[in-house]
Amino acid sequence: MSTTVIVLIVGILVVLAAVYVSWRAGRLDRLHIRLELAREALDVALVRRSAVVLELAGSRLLDPATSLVLAAAAHEARTAGPDEREHAESDLSRALRAAVDQERFREKLSESPGGRSLLEELDAAVAKVVYARSFFNNAVGVTRTAQRRWLARTLRLAGRTEFPQFFEIDDNPPETMATE
Amino acid sequence: MNVGIVCPYSWDVPGGVKQHIDDLAQALIAQGHQVSVIAPAGDDAELPPYVTGAGRAVPVPYNGSVARMSFGFISAARVRRWIQEGDFDVLHIHEPLVPSLGVLACWAAKGPIVATFHASFTRSRAIAIAEPMLRSALEKLSGRIAVSDAARKSLVEQFGGDTVLIPNGVTVSRYTEAEPLEGFGPDGRTLGFLGRMDEPRKGLPVLLEAMELIPEARLLIAGPGEVKIPKSIRDRVTLLGMVSEQDKIRAYHSVDVFVAPNTGGESFGIVLAEAMSAGSTVLASDIPAFRRVLGEGQAGALFANGDAEALAEEARKLLADPERRAKLSDEARVAVRKYDWSTVARDVVRVYETVTASAGRVEEDSLT
Repeated sequence: MSTTVIVLIVGILVVLAAVYVSWRAGRLDRLHIRLELAREALDVALVRRSAVVLELAGSRLLDPATSLVLAAAAHEARTAGPDEREHAESDLSRALRAAVDQERFREKLSESPGGRSLLEELDAAVAKVVYARSFFNNAVGVTRTAQRRWLARTLRLAGRTEFPQFFEIDDNPPETMATE
Repeated sequence: MNVGIVCPYSWDVPGGVKQHIDDLAQALIAQGHQVSVIAPAGDDAELPPYVTGAGRAVPVPYNGSVARMSFGFISAARVRRWIQEGDFDVLHIHEPLVPSLGVLACWAAKGPIVATFHASFTRSRAIAIAEPMLRSALEKLSGRIAVSDAARKSLVEQFGGDTVLIPNGVTVSRYTEAEPLEGFGPDGRTLGFLGRMDEPRKGLPVLLEAMELIPEARLLIAGPGEVKIPKSIRDRVTLLGMVSEQDKIRAYHSVDVFVAPNTGGESFGIVLAEAMSAGSTVLASDIPAFRRVLGEGQAGALFANGDAEALAEEARKLLADPERRAKLSDEARVAVRKYDWSTVARDVVRVYETVTASAGRVEEDSLT
């Protein structure tokens, strides 16, 4: 075999390898974009939920004790740092369940003016947290698998993006809402 | 919201997925959304105004049955053009793992994409071979919905990740009014059953056993399959066999008490929801799914699962008490509203709003 043929073959292999690597890198990049979008959507959903809860707490439609429980939990959730956020959001879910699952809570609230629309907003916000978290964790799972691949690790295809973490909270909706 | 919906199966052939998409599209339109559906259909097919045909469907054996699907260059080009021209806020693909328009749409689009998984599938060689390609399609989905626990389970086992659960709906208004069947009609002594007769889980044997203990009642049975009716009650039992959709609705209106003696395995109980929409008085076994749908007995009577004597006793009490029947029927009409398509569509819109909160619009993906 002449040198030119060997050079040619090596050249082709190098090009093929480069194409493959850039395709893998492109895919990882797309996964990162999707992950960021899912993170943003989750953040929107969580912030919206605590905003609706705060509004409900300040609406004067509830008794002062329930208002205080809800306001405190929503405030904690909104101001929690990244490390405490999962805790604070879980606590908000629990506080919401305790408040909304009181006997005749929904009936009473929807009888008062403005109460019905607030309830609907609350239902939507709670459901969207469940959806957004499921979609986000899905994106995390896929991205983690891709980052762990041998090629991605060796060539550091993920660059300086950190290894994504699942967002684990208790987001079970109030019982009266789950069937609503 | 401007929604693009992709249907994998031929629009001219009746089927569960097609019906689901049609109901969803109509519910979304009724709520003021703009909807465009693309589905396999011949150019000469008559389609509702919101459906675009993507070319003739070809019958292909897939996942244990023969389905009419579209694929190939022409369909791919039509899907691509539909995405370009649609300018959708969100793309909703049904059955993205079926080799039809769903996969093609996944391929040709990027942006907020939601997918609904209907069927459960078993781990097959074909899926294993195509897995890398299907996986890259799945990676584009921003939101995943399953219509049942079975569908969710098989997806998660095969491909990992998670899905949210939004079950099928019932179009309540379709069932509210109907003429009773000739020779029947609520007369204070008619019980009804609907479902496969030869599937033990549907519980017909329990009901037939109970019939021996209710000599004053007669029984109307609708559904496919074969069953042996004991001689002692034969003159009081009418078999309609497989009935049309219209006759099914009329059957619900022809009985005093609709009996659902299912012994298990129902995740939702669509038949129960249909009977409740028709305003039938329901008597059901106390399996968890039915207890939930009937609000622990608020919207229908319950009997101990599998217990023919308990069934007979409850049925006799109900037949003798028209006031209680009327009350249960009213409660049922209210309780079933949460399974109406409008409620299901509301949940689906919440999913749309979740995935569009951060992303832009649906665009053509020129990379692939």
